[in-house]
This record gives sequence, structure tokens and C-alpha cells, in this order.
Amino acid sequence: MLRYLIRRLLWALVLFIAVTFVTYVIFFLVPANPARLAAGQSATPERVEEVKHFLGLDRPFYVQYGKFLKRLVLEGSLGQSFVTRRSVNEEILRAAPITASLVFGAMVLVLSIAIPLGIFSALRPRSLLDRAAMIYVLIGISLPSFWIGLVLSYVVGFKLGLTPIAGYCEVFSVPEAAICGGLWDWAYHMILPCLTLAIVVAGTYVRFVRAEVMDTLSMDYVRTARAKGAPEPTVIRSHVLRNAMLPVVTMVGMDIGLLLGGAIFIETVFGLNGLGGTAIESIGRFDLPVLQGVVIFGAIAIIAFSLVVDLLYAWIDPRIRLT
Amino acid sequence: MSEPLLDVRDLRTEFSTDDGIVRAVDGVSFTIEPGQVLGIVGESGSGKSVTCLTVMGLNDAKFATSTGEVLFRGEDLLKAPGARLREIRGNEIAMIFQDPMTSLNPVHKIGRQLAEAVLLHEDVPRKQAYARALELLKAVGIPRAERRIDDYPHQFSGGMRQRVMIAMALINNPDLIIADEPTTALDVTTQAQILALLKRLQEDFGSAVIMITHDLGVVAETADEVIVMYAARIVERGHVRSIFNEPRHPYSWGLMGSLPRLDMNVERLYQIPGQPPSLLNPPAGCRFHPRCAYAMPICREQDPALAVTGTDPSHEEACHLDAETKARRAAELVSSLMTGAST
Ligand SMILES: Nc1ncnc2c1ncn2[C@@H]1O[C@H](COP(=O)(O)OP(=O)(O)OP(=O)(O)O)[C@@H](O)[C@H]1O
Ligand SMILES: [Mg+2]
Repeated sequence: MLRYLIRRLLWALVLFIAVTFVTYVIFFLVPANPARLAAGQSATPERVEEVKHFLGLDRPFYVQYGKFLKRLVLEGSLGQSFVTRRSVNEEILRAAPITASLVFGAMVLVLSIAIPLGIFSALRPRSLLDRAAMIYVLIGISLPSFWIGLVLSYVVGFKLGLTPIAGYCEVFSVPEAAICGGLWDWAYHMILPCLTLAIVVAGTYVRFVRAEVMDTLSMDYVRTARAKGAPEPTVIRSHVLRNAMLPVVTMVGMDIGLLLGGAIFIETVFGLNGLGGTAIESIGRFDLPVLQGVVIFGAIAIIAFSLVVDLLYAWIDPRIRLT
Repeated sequence: MSEPLLDVRDLRTEFSTDDGIVRAVDGVSFTIEPGQVLGIVGESGSGKSVTCLTVMGLNDAKFATSTGEVLFRGEDLLKAPGARLREIRGNEIAMIFQDPMTSLNPVHKIGRQLAEAVLLHEDVPRKQAYARALELLKAVGIPRAERRIDDYPHQFSGGMRQRVMIAMALINNPDLIIADEPTTALDVTTQAQILALLKRLQEDFGSAVIMITHDLGVVAETADEVIVMYAARIVERGHVRSIFNEPRHPYSWGLMGSLPRLDMNVERLYQIPGQPPSLLNPPAGCRFHPRCAYAMPICREQDPALAVTGTDPSHEEACHLDAETKARRAAELVSSLMTGAST
């Protein structure tokens, strides 16, 4: 177990370095002149040169990357925005909880819909509920997320007035100027975006859980359990579900990582200025450090999540431990 | 003679599939006495497994229907309610499956899987169930059983897993063990060990065994009575001696002729040509006639019934051939096997 852990951690480290490097190279190659942007529209060429020197943009690539990595690792700092001069860390610390609320909230909903539905469909194939679930899966997979988001916010938020249409509220450390705050307001504002994302994602999960459970039901060890005289509920609970849920854990982990960077449409529809919104904004302003910060943060989140998932997996699947 | 332990009468099991109805077991009858070993042999697809799964009530009820009678100590298991079947399964009738690599749950420890079998049938403390599990692991020859009981299946080799499966089958001291090709997935040396173990424990525990195999060699070593199945039916049955000394069905000749022979570098003397028929649409008349070297016109039209043609009244076969030809061919085959074995 310890060896597995160490190997897995080393691997995460390698990934981290690779990701930061690739990101840095890409941003280095972008044909923008950040010094010009940072210096402002009316700056003289000499002024731009000064700014360039000040930002270290005139140094060779490897020096810049080295400094960047040193700052990132030693100080945990992602640098400063070219545009606002604020630290990128602050920007991300503000945006990340919004996206995280969306993604984790949605994932909780997804699992609480998809696991029971998938299991039931698998146990009663071709039943009415199974057919209904499969129709839902088709709809969920084929409808675009922003469309579902717009429809929901129009119907539930605007017509029925049950939820806010847009916006976000902090749970902790609510800013003074904020018009809302606290757990209740947070949940009240997040329910619709989370539901939208959940509807989009749950279809795939229903199908996946159903397939996994059906697959597991035909396993020899399930027949062994029945041959021992185990009643069907015991067979399902003790022999089918744990095995069937193993791949689901992996999928959840990968998807959380992906969604942290990929829920941009839903953030936009519901006016949530999360990581996706921040990234889009910074692209518009050529604010490379912020964009870079979002990308690197996203990559770190994915690496961290796959690490957690792998450890979790090793814990629930005994076969992993020795390998 | 006392009441048989298991009395299967005219058992038929059909599966409805997308292609049509598969009659996987078609009129099979046999009995087994307490403590007896019954061998069921036949090629792949002849209905051996389905016969046994039907006895256990383990066919998928959605697709399978069975008729006939499965009398276990006089009680018809085909008509028994689910709760009663679960009482019997794993307790009075236990089963050992073909593939030990996949028959144990990968996420539970061996001890837990064994103890579960006890706890499902007896209201005993967990500790006692584990003690019983340990005792059985020792009985089936797992080295350092005290430690291995906390291992997971993937930490065991195939042969060791099959020992665990045997321990699981024996743990509630069943009256009948159904072993469905228990050694097919194992290498030759392990096969021999597992068979010897099964035979010894069967005698110790006094359980009756149904030994399913497609290997006549296994039957010769373990069984008292033999049933030869072909295409969902019994084509020959009798005492193991009688079957081996005087096989009387051309299909049995084929099986015997195809026994691997040490003196011929494991090359087979003879292979039955062709494939077993589809059970969706079996041939008319005798089902073996398309592959039979002795087929006569009548074989295409009339389905032979099991009948006694020799001197032993418990040895029956279903074949239209005349008794002399059968006796002559049997004698030739046996003597050729004998000389083959002695050279
Ligand atoms: N669930 C099922 N649905 C449809 N057909 C089935 C099902 N189970 C078995 N069959 C068919 O029944 C026939 C007999 O199968 P069975 O498994 O009893 O053969 P077997 O003698 O045990 O062969 P093997 O040596 O391969 O184990 C086969 O033709 C098989 O295709
Ligand atoms: Mg079989």
C-alpha cells in the first residue's frame, strides 16, 4: 500500500511538472504583446520596453519558466494579473468556490439520481421504469446544456419564480456589499445551475450504472452467492453493488476534474463568474497570467482528483493493492 | 433399496431466446443414492450444466422453463417456493463451478465468503462461522490457513481457489454436491490433486456427488454410475465398470476413442467428426446420426429409446444398432485401448 502511494505521488508530481511546462510553453508562444497591454494604450515604445523589462519578459524562456515554477512551488503564487495588477491567486480563490459548488452540487444530484435509477433499470430490464430511464438518457445526452439551462431558468426562475435566475452567494466571509449570503442563499442560488448540469450529466451515468450492474449480475461469483442460498437482496447488496460501483468511482473522479474546467456554458447562462467565466474574461483582455492561472489550477485539480480517486479505488478494490 | 436422494424424472428445460426455443435438457431422468458418485459426461453444449442448474433452481426464471420432476428426498424442487430452495441451496445441495478464477467475489476476503455460507443457513455467532471456515480451509489443504483466511481471492492460485470452492461447498455438510467440471480450468497436475481431494472428502463427509465433465478419464477415476449425454438427452447409462468394459453407444465409442493417450504423445486416437447439433433445431431421428459412422436409414427417422441390450439390466443405451455389432465393436475398442495402454 505504501509503495503504491509513493509511486502514485511521484506520478502526480511528474504530471504536475509536465502540465505547468506545457501550459507555459503555449502561453509563451501566444502572439500577444503583454507588455504593451500592461503598459496601456497611450504608452510610448520606451515605456513598453521598460514594462517588458519590469515583467521579466525580455529574459530567455527557460529563465522565465524557472522563475515561474519557483514562485509557484515555493510561494504557491500564480503571479499577477497584467490588467488589474491583483494577484492571480486571489482571482482564483474567488472563482474556484463558485465552480466547485456547481460541480460538486451537480455530482451529488447526479449520483442520487443515477445510482438508484441505474440499479433499478438493470434489475428490471424492459420494465416501464427502465424504458422511461432509457428515454431520459437519450434526451439528457442529446440536449445541449445551455439550452436546458435557459429553459430551466426561464420556466422555474422567471415564470414560476421559484428560484433566482442568476447570481451567486457566498457561504462564508460574505462581503459587506453583498446583497445575499449564508448557506441558505447559497443553496437557493445554486440549485438551478446544479440541476441543469446534473440533468446533462446524469444520463450518461444512468446508462453506465445500468450496464455495470447488468454486467456484474452475470458474473460467476454472483451465481456462487445464489448457489450458497443467499436471498436476492443480499446477493445484490453484498455481491453485485460493490463490484458494479468500482468503475463508477473512477468515472466520477475523472468527470469532476473535467467539469471543473468545462462547465463554462452553465456558468454563463446563470451569470456565475466561476473559473470558466474568469477564463473567458481574461482571454478577452489578453490577461495571460490569469488565464494561465485558471488552466494550471484546473490541471492541478484534475491531478489531485485522480490521485484521490486512485487511493479510494485501492481502498475499495483489494486487487489494486499489490500491483 | 432405500429412497433415492435425488430422483430426476423426465426433466426438460427450455430457454426462449431471440432465435427461438432452445431445448437444453430434453427428457432426462436419473437417480442418485446417498453417498454415490454420478458422472455426467458429454461434449460442450450437451446440457450437462443446465441439468444441474435446473436441479438447483438457478436458471434465470425470465428465460427458462422446466418441466418434469426433481425429487430431492421426495420433495419436488421444481415446485418448491423460492424460500425453500434457498434453504436447500448451499446447505443440503451445494455446487462447485468450473472456473475458480471467477467464481469467488474479488472484493471479499476468503473467510468472509466461507462464513457467509454458514451464516446464511445457521443462526450461529460470526466467530463460530469463521472457525468453521478455518476448519474447512485446513481440510481442503490450504497451507497456513490461519493467515490465508484473511486473503482475497486474487492472492490465491487457480488450484487453491478451487480448494476454497470445495471448502465452501462442504461447509454445511451437504448431502449432495454438484461439481460442474471442477477441474477443467486447471492444469493437469492440479486436476489430479483436486480430484483426489474431492474423492477423499466425499467419502469423509458421506456426500453424494454429481460429477460433470467432458473427460471420461475423470469419470473413470471418480464415478460409480455414469450418464453419457448428447444434445440434451441421455444416450447411455450404466455402472462405471460396465460403461468402460462394454460401451455400447457409438457416441461413447467416440468419447473413449478420443481419450488422450500417454503412449501417443497426447495425440488422440480418434476424434468424433463434426460438431454437436444446434439445440434450436436438432436433427430428426437419432440426434447423433449425422456424425455416426454406423448410421442406418432408420436412424434418420426414428428416435431410439433407452433400452437394455446386454446382460447388465442397469446398463442402457439409445441406439438402433443390433446387439451383436455393439458387442463386437465394444470388444474391439476396449482391446485396442488395452493394448495401447500396455505398449
Ligand atoms: N441461459 C441460456 N439461454 C439460452 N441458451 C442456453 C442458456 N444456457 C444454456 N443454453 C444452451 O443450452 C445448451 C446446453 O448448455 P450447457 O451449458 O448445459 O452445456 P454443457 O453440457 O454444460 O457444456 P459445457 O461443457 O460447455 O459446459 C447449449 O446449447 C447452450 O447454448
Ligand atoms: Mg457446462
